Amino acid sequence: MSSPNSAYPDTPDTRTKPKRHEWPLWEVFIRGQHGMSHRHVGSLHAPDEEMAIKNARDVYTRRNEGVSIWVVEARHIAASSPSEKGPLYEPSESKVYRHPTFFDIPEDVGAM
Amino acid sequence: MSDVDQSQLFEFLCRMGDNTLVLGHRVSEWCGHAPVLEEDIALANTALDLIGQTQMWLGLAGEVEDKSRSADDLAMLRDVWDFRNVLLVEQPNGDFGQTMMRQFLFDAWHLAMLKALTGSCDDRIAAIAAKSVKEVQYHVERSGDTVVGLGDGTSESHRRMQKALDLLWPYVGEMFVADAVDEAMAKAGVAPDPATLRDAFDARVEAVLTDATLTIPDGGFAHKGGKTGFQHSEHLGHLLTQMQWLQRAYPGATW
Repeated sequence: MSSPNSAYPDTPDTRTKPKRHEWPLWEVFIRGQHGMSHRHVGSLHAPDEEMAIKNARDVYTRRNEGVSIWVVEARHIAASSPSEKGPLYEPSESKVYRHPTFFDIPEDVGAM
Repeated sequence: MSDVDQSQLFEFLCRMGDNTLVLGHRVSEWCGHAPVLEEDIALANTALDLIGQTQMWLGLAGEVEDKSRSADDLAMLRDVWDFRNVLLVEQPNGDFGQTMMRQFLFDAWHLAMLKALTGSCDDRIAAIAAKSVKEVQYHVERSGDTVVGLGDGTSESHRRMQKALDLLWPYVGEMFVADAVDEAMAKAGVAPDPATLRDAFDARVEAVLTDATLTIPDGGFAHKGGKTGFQHSEHLGHLLTQMQWLQRAYPGATW
């Protein structure tokens, strides 16, 4: 009989176990049935890009969520620094004129 | 379909359904125990695909038999000697590599079989095959990639995959041996002669195993007796005690 616990029958005990080498982290983007753009849905680990797409299919599209998958290795994403959020974002808070709320939309145009 | 012996058709449908039922249960044994989370979810998806296919095959088997037995009845209320799955699928999981090797060898046969069954003269069988073939196309891509990844991986993973192949290869032959049931199905145009699936199987398996730097063992010896029900390995009985435990302990129990 097969027990799942026998998956690694000859793995040495914890004290001598070597450091675990994790697969790289991938960020997953899915385009939904009616969505125009891919949206970030989460991340996962995989050894290469093909397996990352397969894993994304199994983890994130089980309930018919998507028609297209993008994956990108997380280390390739450049991100803004949270410590710079003052200079980056606060200046726009006082620029109300950037919102197009200062003119009337003719009724014929309908919802914008 | 009037010219097909209905008891032989029942037998054939049980073979299809028992293969997916027994392998589906085996794969589900990994749920919560796989080496990494992503593989755990992928294996559970595969197991669920196979159980879903079982419902269709055994459901149709029950209709054909015409004794008011449902797919659940056939799955949960038969004992070992009535099961018609090939010996390969009842073999234990072993380590993760052994599970993936078993999966790949079955998937490669399964895909060839289902592709042929989409042209069955029995519309019900062609419809089940058409639905299943998309799932199995993915199964074989995934298991094949994993066999390559582990076979052509580290010396340890290579050693384990070669060991798994040596262990499981003698169970491959049974999938291609025809008996009276297969001959009757082939004659009526219900299902292919299993021997005709061998070329497609060999082409895919040899390509993947070459990429995986693994060597197919010499010799044509094949264990037999699963799909005819003549003699299952000792492992199937143990599997059934777990899979059928609820119905054995609480007959007729429902959710």
